[in-house]
Amino acid sequence: MILNETIRNLYFHVCMWFSMMILFTVSVVNAVKYLNKHDLKYDILSKQYATVGIVFGLLGYATGAIWASFTWADPNQTFVASFGAIAKDPKLIGAAIALLIYFAYLVLRGSIPDMDKKARIGAVYNIFAFAFLFPSIWIIPRLLESLHPGGEGNPALNPKDIDARMRMIFYPAILGWTLLGVWITSLKVRMAILNEKKLLHS
Amino acid sequence: MIRKFFVITALLFINFLSNAQETTDTVDMADTMRSNGKIYVVVAVILTIFAGIIIYLIRLDKKMTKLEKNQL
Repeated sequence: MILNETIRNLYFHVCMWFSMMILFTVSVVNAVKYLNKHDLKYDILSKQYATVGIVFGLLGYATGAIWASFTWADPNQTFVASFGAIAKDPKLIGAAIALLIYFAYLVLRGSIPDMDKKARIGAVYNIFAFAFLFPSIWIIPRLLESLHPGGEGNPALNPKDIDARMRMIFYPAILGWTLLGVWITSLKVRMAILNEKKLLHS
Repeated sequence: MIRKFFVITALLFINFLSNAQETTDTVDMADTMRSNGKIYVVVAVILTIFAGIIIYLIRLDKKMTKLEKNQL
C-alpha cells in the first residue's frame, strides 16, 4: 500500500471522523441533559448534533471509499475481487454499523408523533447508539487485522504515524472542521426552535 | 427522502466501478488518478467533501425558505 501524496487526505478524511466523534459526544451529553431536566431545548440540540455528525460520517465514508479504491484496491484484479478484499475490512464494517445505528436513531424519532415521548425515547436511544460506538469503531477494529492504519495504537494520534509538521496542521484542521459542524448545527438548531415556536403558537 | 439516501449511497461506491473499467490495453497503475503521486485522489476527496457540505447547506437553505414563507 503506497500512499504517496494521498497522505494529505489526513486533513480531510480523518478530520471528518474526528468531527463526527466530537459531534456525537456533544449529542449524547445533551441527551443526558434532556433526561435530567426534561427541557426540549436539549432534545433539539441532541438531535441536530447527531444529524450533522451523521453527515460528517457519511462524508468520511465517501472519502474513505475514494481513498481506498486508489490505494488498497488492486487494479490488476476485477472490480468484484478487489472490492471483496476491501469490503471485509473490520474498520469499514464497524464504521458502517455505527452509522446505521445512528440512521436508526433518525428513523426512530421520525416514527413517534408525540413530542415528549419522541424526545425521551430518542435520548435513551442516543445513549445506546453512542455506547455502541465504543465496540464498533474503537475496540473491535483494533483487535482484528486490518488494512486501515491505527490498529497498533491510536489512529492518527500515534507519534510514529505522522510527521510533527503534519500534526501542526492536522490538529487545527480537526478543530476547524468540528467548528464548521458546530456552525451548521447552530443554524439547524435555530431553525428547529423557530419551528417549535410556530407549532406552539398555532 | 429515502430514495435520495439510496442514490447517495449508490454514488459512494461509483468510484469502485472506475477500477473495473480499466482494460488490459492501458498500463496498470498508470491512470490519471495514480499519476503525480496520486494527488488527484486528494482532489477527488476535497471535491467530495465540498460538494457534500454545499448540497447539505442548500437543502438547509430550502427548508429555511419554506419556514419563512409559512410564517408570513
